[in-house]
Amino acid sequence: MKTINELEKIASQVRSDIVRQVHLANSGHPGGSLGCADFLVALYFHQMKYNSASFSMDGKQEDLFFLSNGHISPLFYSVLARAGYFNVSELSTFRKIDTRLQGHPTTHEGLPGIRVASGSLGQGLSVAIGAALAKKLDGDKQLVYCLCGDGEMEEGQVWEAIMYAGAKKVDNVIATVDVNHQQIDGSIEHVLPYGDLRPKFESFGWTVINMNGNNMAETVAGLEKAKAETGKGKPVAILMKTEMGQGVDFMMGSHKWHGVAPNAEQTQKALAQLEETLGDF
Amino acid sequence: MKKYPYTEKKDTRSGFGAGLLEAGKKNPEVVALCADLTGSLKMDAFEKEFPNRFFQIGIAEANMMGIAAGLTIGGKIPFTGTFANFSTGRVYDQIRQSIVYSGKNVKICASHAGITLGEDGATHQILEDIGMMRMLPGMVVINPADYNQTKAATLAIAEYDGPVYLRFGRPVVPVFTPADQKFEIGKAISFNDGADVSIFATGHLLWKAIEAGEILASKGIEADIINIHTIKPLDVEAVLKSVRKTQCVVTAEEHQIHGGLGDAIAHVLSQHYPAPQEFIGVKDVFGESGTPEQLMKKYGLEAENIVAAVEKVMSRKKQELSHS
Repeated sequence: MKTINELEKIASQVRSDIVRQVHLANSGHPGGSLGCADFLVALYFHQMKYNSASFSMDGKQEDLFFLSNGHISPLFYSVLARAGYFNVSELSTFRKIDTRLQGHPTTHEGLPGIRVASGSLGQGLSVAIGAALAKKLDGDKQLVYCLCGDGEMEEGQVWEAIMYAGAKKVDNVIATVDVNHQQIDGSIEHVLPYGDLRPKFESFGWTVINMNGNNMAETVAGLEKAKAETGKGKPVAILMKTEMGQGVDFMMGSHKWHGVAPNAEQTQKALAQLEETLGDF
Repeated sequence: MKKYPYTEKKDTRSGFGAGLLEAGKKNPEVVALCADLTGSLKMDAFEKEFPNRFFQIGIAEANMMGIAAGLTIGGKIPFTGTFANFSTGRVYDQIRQSIVYSGKNVKICASHAGITLGEDGATHQILEDIGMMRMLPGMVVINPADYNQTKAATLAIAEYDGPVYLRFGRPVVPVFTPADQKFEIGKAISFNDGADVSIFATGHLLWKAIEAGEILASKGIEADIINIHTIKPLDVEAVLKSVRKTQCVVTAEEHQIHGGLGDAIAHVLSQHYPAPQEFIGVKDVFGESGTPEQLMKKYGLEAENIVAAVEKVMSRKKQELSHS
């Protein structure tokens, strides 16, 4: 069991990986990746049970994670590599020709740890529900996790999935929404406000938990609370408050770093704010 | 011309329902999903026999495709059921990203394809689905001809590992293929040997091709009638073997002439063995309300249309030969 301080150190390295990947590729999505780093580190290094040494697509008797907002792939790749799914050195191939680390995650190139392609938004929660139903059929007690962006809540399919999981009591799913209030064209409030998510989820029959996703202790506690709520006849939603660009001061506070790569100078400035703990790739 | 006597007419969707039930009995991993059209898709028997393996999704086809993709993770073999329109165009991106690009073992089973859906009209009469599905890399596209072939195809795709689009229809059509047939994905079937013209037919247009073959025989024309039940992967060898013999081609399908079987055959011929070709299909227009029989006639999908196309393509063959 890792301490909060150890998890924070991994998150710092993961943030460093994100900045370097996006800089090396000269493209990608640093903002949301940095914002969700604490969450995904807590999920993979504290919460979930999985076998990264021998990846199996079916993942029987393992917890499963689906990234629906696939554009935060630099985060996903860093966490998968640091968790042992593939060699950390492969992060240097992100978005480059012949890579397994495609711009958006895919099973197509055989990268261990990925179980479905994502990128076109709104699809991941449905897939997670399907995987959860398969687990129920098999009597497999492990859980299925999914992460969506809050801008992604504008996609209609998300609400089909929310309606289904609540109505059919798919209580082995934990869906986290990254509530950073930013999307490409500006703030959620500027583009299309979704109002209050909590009563929406609740009215569809979900248990809802609020969580600060940029404080490791609170993230770990929130995930544990969510897990404790599973198996009670309701799917569980975590409304996770994060800051886009968290950890790199000049990337925080706006939507501007959603999908922009830092140049060499900006990269050095960013890395100076992130402690290297596990060795760069 | 070989004779194909039949004693009954049945809908191909019932062949799907019977095949699904049998596939479910054979393999406990087979599961089924439906978007509020269980009766129309004839999935009721499966639902009754295997209530825990049947998922009523509601009118939410995008969610259905995603859930189906997820069910494969853990080894399930999901069959989704809804009308062909809602199985393809409505959910193209979900099929593309979550199923085919992701390499998921989902069977997309689509009823009420084409104009023979009838009175509901053009909103529901999809005629572009074969085209959309065959453009997806790695997708298998099957359009069986009658009840027996649809049942056999349903059983065959349950044993095939990979995404499949299985297309069938609403109306009753003659049952003339063997009940005990073994369905081979990607393998064309000869229904008549002839040297004058190749007729490649898919779906229930195979029966129209057989009717056309009888009319042509009475005029002294022997047609090489070949059933292309699998449009992708196409049986290229069977296509070329026939056209090398006959030197001209008619394709017949209940689909737009763009994107479907006709285009698939033309693509092969243009590369390997250019030959005159005529296309029986819906000619770049939307359908409308009417009975299936009225619509088949109005949109030129009858045996007499195939006969006229054969005569035209054979005359082109003679012209082109005289030029050489």
